[in-house]
Amino acid sequence: MTERYSRQVLFPPIGQNGQEVLRDKHVLIIGAGALGAANAEMIVRAGVGHVTIVDRDYVDFSNLQRQNLYTEQDAIDRLPKAEAAQKRLAALNSDVVIDAVTADADPEFFKNILSGSAVDLIIDGTDNFDIRFVINDAAQKYAIPWVYGACVASGGLSLFIIPGKTPCLHCLMDTIPQAGATCDTAGIISPAVQMTASAQTAEALKWLTGNIDSLRGTIFSFDLWTNHFSSVDAAKLKKPDCPSCGANPVYPFLSYELSTKFAVLCGRDTVQIRPSSIKKRDLQLLSESVENSADITHKNAFLISFKKDTYTITAFQDGRVFIHGTSSIDESKKVYYQYFQ
Amino acid sequence: MNMTVNGRDVELPDHVTTVRDLLDHFKLNKELAIVELNQSILDKSIRDDAALSDGDRIEIVQFVGGG
Repeated sequence: MTERYSRQVLFPPIGQNGQEVLRDKHVLIIGAGALGAANAEMIVRAGVGHVTIVDRDYVDFSNLQRQNLYTEQDAIDRLPKAEAAQKRLAALNSDVVIDAVTADADPEFFKNILSGSAVDLIIDGTDNFDIRFVINDAAQKYAIPWVYGACVASGGLSLFIIPGKTPCLHCLMDTIPQAGATCDTAGIISPAVQMTASAQTAEALKWLTGNIDSLRGTIFSFDLWTNHFSSVDAAKLKKPDCPSCGANPVYPFLSYELSTKFAVLCGRDTVQIRPSSIKKRDLQLLSESVENSADITHKNAFLISFKKDTYTITAFQDGRVFIHGTSSIDESKKVYYQYFQ
Repeated sequence: MNMTVNGRDVELPDHVTTVRDLLDHFKLNKELAIVELNQSILDKSIRDDAALSDGDRIEIVQFVGGG
């Protein structure tokens, strides 16, 4: 083992054995925003052998205040976050195999990655409940633990979910909440991100190195501004008839409707459109078709952005489109269907 | 009524007698809340009607979606 991990190896619960175990582990990080980036940096520096990081978005200047893997240049280049993260993470630790996926982590994605390879743990680096309920069902179906983490304003919380053992997210919330504070309404400070990610990564390291007895087993929550920390034991809330983790699970959030999906992105004044049949978009062809009617502002191997009236439209190679300049789905549909069929 | 909510001593108006009243008082979303009363977690089926007493210690965890 190289000197790189010497201080971590000196920590008795990990030690030399734990370090070697980490090298054989594969962690899937969903989201490369604030939490995803913070978790990814710690996981990669710790020497987990294989990390897959997936994100649908690209780096924006408003990310730089708290998303620790990205630079001004990444924002200027409008690099997809997964690609920018991979570049930075590879520079931090060349021992680690890092796979970057620029895509929406939808049920199909989970089916492909979790049935095809041995993932030891899923880390939640997402920013909305829709995707977390999909992660929750996928984790149950494929029997892989996942670590929930979320933060807003000056606080956050985390919970480690083990299929068949702990309550799952669906046990704790009956439905996907339609309300609640977001980075849109309440803002966020970087320490809340780092604290939440630290709580997640600590549990991840315990699980990956086999320190199961040290897992917290409670919902950890905190507010760094009001100086409150709590640890609530939710074990009794596990539901025997939970549709996601109960005796007869149906994994309701993995059912996939074949329709174009429109979703408002948190805090971005943007709507994402995901076509029903996702196929590779020919960016060159798109560029030629819009260059006379709109201003192309960015173009790289992964995406094209162009301006039309007060909107900026970004088309990704994987078929998705962002309409910036609106948080209205109806408005975005109008713009979308002007350019895409 | 006086109680400790998330580590802070608070004095609540007389009409706050149940967990439902408490969540309403603090304008908290019930879908997102997990409530622990005197270190015992409350199942959602009984949570909102649970009666509060002077001196109770309450922990409210609010799930959030951000990140």
